[in-house]
Amino acid sequence: MTAVSFEHVSKIYPPRSNGWKGLFRAPTGPGLQALDDVSFSVKPGEFFGLLGPNGAGKTTLISVLAGLTRATSGRASVCGHDVLTDYQAARRSLGVVPQELVYDPFFTVRETLQFQSGYFGLRKNDAWIDEILANLGLSEKSDTNMRALSGGMKRRVLVAQALVHRPPVIVLDEPTAGVDVDLRRSLWEFISRLNREGHTILLTTHYLEEAEALCNRIAMLKRGSIIALDTPQALIDQAGVEDLEDAFVHIMNAEIVTAEAA
Amino acid sequence: MSNAPTVTSIAAGLGFPTLLRKELLRFWKVSFQTILAPVITAVLYLVIFAQVLADRVNVYGSVPYTAFLIPGLMMMSMLQNSFANPSSSLIQSRVTGNLVFVLLPPMSHREIFWAYVLAAIVRGMSVGACVWIVSLYFVAIPVKEPVWALLFAVLSCGIMAVLGLIAGLVSEKFDQLAAFQNFLIMPATFLSGVFYSVHTLPPFWQLVSHWNPIFYTIDGFRYGFFGLSDVSPWHSIAVVGGVFVALTFFTLRLLASGYKLRT
Repeated sequence: MTAVSFEHVSKIYPPRSNGWKGLFRAPTGPGLQALDDVSFSVKPGEFFGLLGPNGAGKTTLISVLAGLTRATSGRASVCGHDVLTDYQAARRSLGVVPQELVYDPFFTVRETLQFQSGYFGLRKNDAWIDEILANLGLSEKSDTNMRALSGGMKRRVLVAQALVHRPPVIVLDEPTAGVDVDLRRSLWEFISRLNREGHTILLTTHYLEEAEALCNRIAMLKRGSIIALDTPQALIDQAGVEDLEDAFVHIMNAEIVTAEAA
Repeated sequence: MSNAPTVTSIAAGLGFPTLLRKELLRFWKVSFQTILAPVITAVLYLVIFAQVLADRVNVYGSVPYTAFLIPGLMMMSMLQNSFANPSSSLIQSRVTGNLVFVLLPPMSHREIFWAYVLAAIVRGMSVGACVWIVSLYFVAIPVKEPVWALLFAVLSCGIMAVLGLIAGLVSEKFDQLAAFQNFLIMPATFLSGVFYSVHTLPPFWQLVSHWNPIFYTIDGFRYGFFGLSDVSPWHSIAVVGGVFVALTFFTLRLLASGYKLRT
């Protein structure tokens, strides 16, 4: 069984009409192809990186997996559960840390985690919530309103929310964007520990040194298509460069040359 | 931390009770704004209109105008607040982005629907109860048919809760939601007999009023208090119940399709 699987997933966003026109008139136009026939799988316990420039389709791919976006064609599954036909089991198996710093300003950190736990049907989960709070350095902030937290603390709460139902697969969508060095280090220590304990991690990031250090395998995405997929070392060797950052630049540019030549 | 968990080992229930609790707490934490403010507005209407019109308007023959006004104001406050609860919750969650936390868990569209609708009904009923308690200071009106009054209150709040849910789903910006409130909800509630009996209207406007489903919520609710109404309570309950059921089916389909929630 695979932890995560994408089979020929494509996504075309329909064109949009803004404002009131959208309520009464069907939009026309070609739409935006965000994903184009993406297929790959992630093995259980793997630390998998998804790299690509802005607009490559990373967040759309994660959204398809999380059920936030419906693929135009193809199939995605989590731990063998189809994200559409068996969505409840698929979502129970998945924890997502969103890219944006989103929070509900009405509630405290503990309430936020209790609600998130309850949404998954887990209402007596305080022991686990306390453990997550302690591991993410949030114990002292547990009764603080979300509005009063710093950006870094809010980011930790997002990670805690993704873990509250103990998902075997954790997706982190650029979790260290705009995060200071201390938090970044403690976050990676924590995520690495979860991975050693058997959690499958799917990570998107623009920090290539992090991806090189942490990931077992990396997929590179460009304009909605997978253009490379291998171990970090194999990608570096293949590009004939020193590190993953150079390999990334090389592969992205090589792909442009290939595309133009074709 | 323990070893990698398997989700199947965890006994999980439904997410509905938690979402309902969260929606209840959301308005309760700002009850000054969500309960007290509409009660004060209703009392101001009561004081001003009762003072100005008490001796000039004759309704149902024997019912004093102040007493006539109270069930109408209660229902108007209940309707507006039932609409406001899900619509404001959804639009705020959409604009701030935290709606994702409701969409990521394995909750069905039915769980989401009933959590938002029941919380809205509770808010509407709470506001209505508070308006009634405060109105006792002005005039104590009997509740002749409490079952009818309760039935109309719950179903009417239900209609507006579902309309609020639809408005919250459709609106992407606050101004679109404001348009729903200003051009649909406010006229429909004000022109439905809160301040007058439709029998006092010219024939054309009587006919127009009978096409407004909100008229039946107020008229039926009034029947619960006085045992008197402009149309039969059975007629009103059929309209109110029918509208609620139709809107419920429509909105459940909307949620199941992922309309504006799952792109």
